[in-house]
Amino acid sequence: MGDYILLAISCILVNNILLAQYLGNCPFLGTSKKMETAVGMAMAVVFVLVLAGVITWLLETYVLKAFGLEYLRTIAFILVIASLVQFVEMFLKKSVPALYTGLGIFLPLITTNCAVMGVCLINVNEEYTFMQSLVTSFSYAVGFGLALILFAGVRERIILGRVPRPLQDTAIGLVTAGVLSLAFFAFKGMA
Amino acid sequence: MTEALLFMFGLGAACGSILSIASKIFYVYEDPRIAEVEGFLAGANCGGCGYAGCSAAAVAVVAGKAPPSVCIVAGPESATNVARVMGVDAGAAESKTSSNKCQGGDRAEDIYFYMGIRSCQAVNALFGGKRECDIGCLGYGDCVRACLFDAIEIGPEGFPVIDEGKCVGCGACERVCPKNVLSVTTLRDRLLHFNQEDDCLAPCQQTCPAQIDIPKYIAQIKSGDYDGAVRTIRDRNPLLLSCGRVCPHPCEDFCRRGIEDEAVSINQLKRFVADREMHSGKRIPVPCAPDTGKKVAVIGGGPAGLTCAYYLRRLGHDVTIYEAMPELGGMIRYGIPEYRLPKKVLDWEIEGILNLGIRVHTHVKLGIDFNLPSVVAAGYDAIFLGVGAWKDYSLKIEGEDLPGCYTGIDFLSRIASGETIPIGRRAVVVGGGNTAIDCVRTLIRLGAEEVYILYRRTRKEMPANAVEIEAAEHEGVKFIFLAAPVRVVGDDQGNATHLEYLKMELGEPDASGRRRPVPVEGSETLLEADMIISAIGQQPEITFKEEGKRVQSLKTTRWNTIDVDPETLQSSIPYIFAAGDAATGPSLVVDAIGGGRRAARSIHLYLSGQAVTPPEKALFKRHIPGTLFDSVPGIQKIPRIPMPELPVEERICSFVEVDQVISEEDAKKESSRCLDCGRICYNKDAAA
Repeated sequence: MGDYILLAISCILVNNILLAQYLGNCPFLGTSKKMETAVGMAMAVVFVLVLAGVITWLLETYVLKAFGLEYLRTIAFILVIASLVQFVEMFLKKSVPALYTGLGIFLPLITTNCAVMGVCLINVNEEYTFMQSLVTSFSYAVGFGLALILFAGVRERIILGRVPRPLQDTAIGLVTAGVLSLAFFAFKGMA
Repeated sequence: MTEALLFMFGLGAACGSILSIASKIFYVYEDPRIAEVEGFLAGANCGGCGYAGCSAAAVAVVAGKAPPSVCIVAGPESATNVARVMGVDAGAAESKTSSNKCQGGDRAEDIYFYMGIRSCQAVNALFGGKRECDIGCLGYGDCVRACLFDAIEIGPEGFPVIDEGKCVGCGACERVCPKNVLSVTTLRDRLLHFNQEDDCLAPCQQTCPAQIDIPKYIAQIKSGDYDGAVRTIRDRNPLLLSCGRVCPHPCEDFCRRGIEDEAVSINQLKRFVADREMHSGKRIPVPCAPDTGKKVAVIGGGPAGLTCAYYLRRLGHDVTIYEAMPELGGMIRYGIPEYRLPKKVLDWEIEGILNLGIRVHTHVKLGIDFNLPSVVAAGYDAIFLGVGAWKDYSLKIEGEDLPGCYTGIDFLSRIASGETIPIGRRAVVVGGGNTAIDCVRTLIRLGAEEVYILYRRTRKEMPANAVEIEAAEHEGVKFIFLAAPVRVVGDDQGNATHLEYLKMELGEPDASGRRRPVPVEGSETLLEADMIISAIGQQPEITFKEEGKRVQSLKTTRWNTIDVDPETLQSSIPYIFAAGDAATGPSLVVDAIGGGRRAARSIHLYLSGQAVTPPEKALFKRHIPGTLFDSVPGIQKIPRIPMPELPVEERICSFVEVDQVISEEDAKKESSRCLDCGRICYNKDAAA
């Protein structure tokens, strides 16, 4: 159990997918202008990432490895994740319409989120067990959400500040992301 | 290689079949119109409409929660297509744009030092902002941040500047502004806006009966945007060529520069841009709102009728003008002589108004050729009465029917229609108003040797414009003040030879505040005159009231004017509206223009099924307290551009226009004298 907690902490803080591994930067900058959209995106990522992590682990273990087709991993994962998102969207629309409207536009947007793909590939590369990859998928997603929400909070305040003209908007966003990233690097010392 | 191909093929097939099965199992019935509607939306997912993305907007449209014109990016064509899918009328898919009402920015003084969050909402929470002006822009740019389309920025003067090309009219800036500085409006809203207590209005704009945005057009002239200036004036006054010539410019009496220096020559600037447009030979296009399909009859084609027709047409209504005289223009054609307003100029101006698509029937008189019930029967939804005040008051003295006696408006209109009237050697005009002055100046041009004006009070009390009185004096008119006519004396053939008058002296002030003239006993004097014109005022001719039962309930006042609500101009019959001299009695052209627009607003409300009420917080000819100053510190005196005019010798023998237009260079100079006032602020750089 202790191992799992350690794994979770390392995924959320130390190896934060956004700020330490620099994956998923487009939604990070794109949906962080407002707290509301940031929360929506974070929820959707948690939901999809856990599902994708599980499915791709199963695919890797029982299909790719079994037939010695590991070199097809990337393309197979892309196909599976895209189909999965589509499937989930249809499923939610029918069964949980409330969640579907809550996640709204962010659900289809995740198809193009490289953090999802990245986590699935990490799981496989590290040769995690099923339980471990379940925990890492969930924790990386939580880490993504944490960073996104923190960042949105900061950006909402930056809007009220006096930002020099050349640095306005995305430029100051990237600078802030850099500072946040430095802060997260401090966790490296814990490991 | 083969197994890789097989694998990918298998995986693809598996994913495909799972998805297709899933789409069958998880099928949710969706209105097919949603997809169709979404196809017509812009697909930008900008959220400007207030919904989370285009598909959400499409769902709202199909659910009836959003209008077909919901998409602010795709424009009117999309609205029409969406409306077709939904099977409804597109309605008034008028485009909206944002505009900034505050030009003051940093000019108003600060009342405290502020170091808090740089947000308008925040500073507004502290006593409504740090500036002395309680309605002006706070300048922290909440609107800039609210704009999704990058259409607003804070300009160098410290107030928001809107890029009209980028603005889609979503209204985000208006919602976020705590001071109501930005307004997102349609053309209709802008045309129907009347001065309000909480508007940023310079004293001149508060005074102008037509409510023209004077500081704005002067600023446009200053920056060389002459077409823009014409458009600004046309939003409030369609008769700018005429007004630029004949308006007595009450605005200039309240000019802030006039407190310390000579007032800015506002009217000459108006005339300059108006003449410039005419001489360029190219009309500046006038935008109109989409057609509404409502029909309005405008009876009387004078300044009030033309203005009302012009605004109703711009609001999208179908307008027909009925005019009794052979040509349009009313009093400005038949009452104002050629030397003040050339007919060619007036023709060009009226043609521009009619080009908007207004139908005209001339030579048809209300009460003779047609009557009010027949207009109603012809299917008009509302009627505007702008019949003017054409009936001259008579002197009520003995002998006034003798040959050689005329009445003012009758005389002027006959001359204007091209009739030849035998002109006497010595002519007397009775009266002190503009009509009297127009008569004497016309008589001089027609060859009368000696022309007198007979007025019962003194020059100070004359209601005519001071410049007109002066011009008449220059042209050799003789004034007899403090004199009241008693009788006209005729010779054996019955022709008038003399006018007998009583001398007067001024007594106690009467109700109008002017001192009442009292006759001096036994002071009868004979003045030799073979032509006598009485120009002592007019009243509307309302003989049409005798036609038909329905019209008899139309209320009139004891001055024979039509009794209307002073703010909405609606008469006692709800579908009849009146303005101009017919409602107010003889008054200024610019008053008739203001009235015409006011009536157009009420008619528009009436036609669109809304309550005909005066605008909330309307100023209605009052001034905003605290905006009229006693002194304006720091003014450097700069003389006003003089009015170029024809020399007296040249003008008294012809009807060539007397007042000339100023040059572009002078217009630039004069416009830079404007202090560009706001409600309480003014441009201190322009003062120095």
